[in-house]
Amino acid sequence: MNIHEYQAKQIFAKYGVPTPRGIVANTPDQAVRNASELGGKIWVVKAQIHAGGRGLGGGVKLARSLEEVGQFASEILGMTLVTHQTGPEGKLVQKVYIEEGADIKDELYLGVVLDRAKEMPVIMASTQGGMEIETVAHNNPEKIIKIAVDPAIGFQGFHGRELVFGLGITDPVEQKKFISFASKLYKLYMENDAEMIEINPLIKTGSGDFLALDGKMGFDDSALGRHPEIEDMRDISEEDADEREASRYGLSYISLDGEIGCMVNGAGLAMGTMDTINYMGGTPANFLDVGGKANAETVAKGFEIILKNPKVKAIFVNIFGGIVRCDRIANGILEATKMVNVHVPVIVRLDGTNAIEAAEILRNANIPNVIAADDLADGAAKAVAAAKGE
Amino acid sequence: MSILVNKDTKVIVQGFTGKEGSFHAEQCLAYGTKIVGGVTPNKGGQVHLGQPVFNTVSEAVKATGATVSMIFVPPAFVADAVMEAADAGIELAVVITEGAPVRDMQAAKAYATKHNMKTIGPNCPGIITAEECKIGIMPGMIFKKGNVGLISKSGTLTYEGANQVCREGFGISTAVGIGGDPIIGLSYKQLLPLFEADPETHAIVMIGEIGGDLEIQAAKFIKEHITKPVVAFIAGQTAPAGKRMGHAGAIVSGGAGTAKEKMEALVAAGVKVVVSPAEIGKAIAEVLGKK
Repeated sequence: MNIHEYQAKQIFAKYGVPTPRGIVANTPDQAVRNASELGGKIWVVKAQIHAGGRGLGGGVKLARSLEEVGQFASEILGMTLVTHQTGPEGKLVQKVYIEEGADIKDELYLGVVLDRAKEMPVIMASTQGGMEIETVAHNNPEKIIKIAVDPAIGFQGFHGRELVFGLGITDPVEQKKFISFASKLYKLYMENDAEMIEINPLIKTGSGDFLALDGKMGFDDSALGRHPEIEDMRDISEEDADEREASRYGLSYISLDGEIGCMVNGAGLAMGTMDTINYMGGTPANFLDVGGKANAETVAKGFEIILKNPKVKAIFVNIFGGIVRCDRIANGILEATKMVNVHVPVIVRLDGTNAIEAAEILRNANIPNVIAADDLADGAAKAVAAAKGE
Repeated sequence: MSILVNKDTKVIVQGFTGKEGSFHAEQCLAYGTKIVGGVTPNKGGQVHLGQPVFNTVSEAVKATGATVSMIFVPPAFVADAVMEAADAGIELAVVITEGAPVRDMQAAKAYATKHNMKTIGPNCPGIITAEECKIGIMPGMIFKKGNVGLISKSGTLTYEGANQVCREGFGISTAVGIGGDPIIGLSYKQLLPLFEADPETHAIVMIGEIGGDLEIQAAKFIKEHITKPVVAFIAGQTAPAGKRMGHAGAIVSGGAGTAKEKMEALVAAGVKVVVSPAEIGKAIAEVLGKK
């Protein structure tokens, strides 16, 4: 789960990670009130969406008067912001963050992510702040400092020294400030079961202070149960409505661009089914894992979600029945076709326990648009042909 | 022969009397697995599925001599269960539970490693030595005995692969579902040398997916140390970047962990890489010669 910048900064503040002061607003009037409450002469009006690249898309504006704050807030609120991370459809901006202007001397990068190979969190820092870290990693990998921190010992002095000397911070007072910043960030990463934190840019001000000018945080979904205060930060308008509905029924769904709807048990086989359709010249319309319990209700729900997509020309149901027997799944599929009006051809491949009985059930049911397939290759071929109207 | 487990392996079940634990322990017993007891706190002294129940893993190990534990406890208790097993001297923990927090697994795995305990999973179907010992939730009947070793991040692709191998007239020595979480126990790199050393295993099927770099590490290892033929499939060639494809670890982030880079690394290591899981069986027939 991801959260907004203003929410990440609330967490930062709780841990003493310095940020500019700011207040979130839902309306232009509120934005102006926030700005006058913050005081000062310069404010930044920032669109709150779960995507990077907001500035380039026109979602971050520097205001030099309260009038400008109101003007920019009314422009940004309600706009559909398109950035390289939102996809071409963009994201609707429903909140703006009004922040006091900062005196930027240097822009740095600081992040914490899980290093899967080392199996511990790694702190990443760079002097190339304000640029995408992937771009830096590609063009100037030597400009990224990576410090793995073993949670068994936690953030130690030497981690801090490696960071500041690596970044070329030479002033002892600044070193101390930066090390304190990084150690607090590591602490909040661990204590909140974060999956990633990214501060880009982290700025050094003219007076030598370090401030998180931006803040991005994602969390381990499996750990949200023990962080109700973070679960409360969930913004459902940022999530795909179909994916959300599917998850309520224990289905894992991701929509794609193609024409063949897929319903599969198991995430790996679901990806493998998409790959096979692609290999045979078709295009998958979605990823859908119905999980271990493929019964009439889950299959019917799956059909419903797949068929919401008007591009779908055929559905490939690919189930490897293990503990759940295929004959029972076949009956479930037949029942589901009665519960949902399935107007496209459905190719059904059931393999595993009692596969022969299952094929018999499907044949005997004699439903015109339900086509039985022998195996994965046969099913994918039939689905590709059906989608082409063959 | 086989790897890690066989007909003599003594197994206990943590979370023995729960719904999932009971159901699958019963299936494993029916398969012939030597389940010698189980652990559920406060139910010590009871008998469940004809086997003794203990309050702690330590008691269970002392009383039964078990070396392997199959773990079914709820996600929030997985780390505790793994560490308890390691502390009690268990040699291999097979963690079936899905949804354990990453931070917990990080700590649990570090502790297990310190105690020389191997871990399989979490969020995996388990391990099976065909016709001898099933420790997990896979359908036992599709695994015919034979000389193909199988390692997979995905449960249903394990079944798909094994089924195809058996339909081509071959069989499985041992199949290991390693799971698709960001932090897992045994991986390709640790399992490949075991198959290389097992005289009964003549070829290896390796099924991976997007996310992380375990398959890349495996490719390097294969190039240097594996002489037996390896067939591989990497799921997620058509998966969009930045989306988590069902498994917690199946995500291409920052352009890294793509199917393409993994497939290229494996091809460069001399592995026979198939682009669809439908080709796994045929590829095995090619490398081992038609039966």
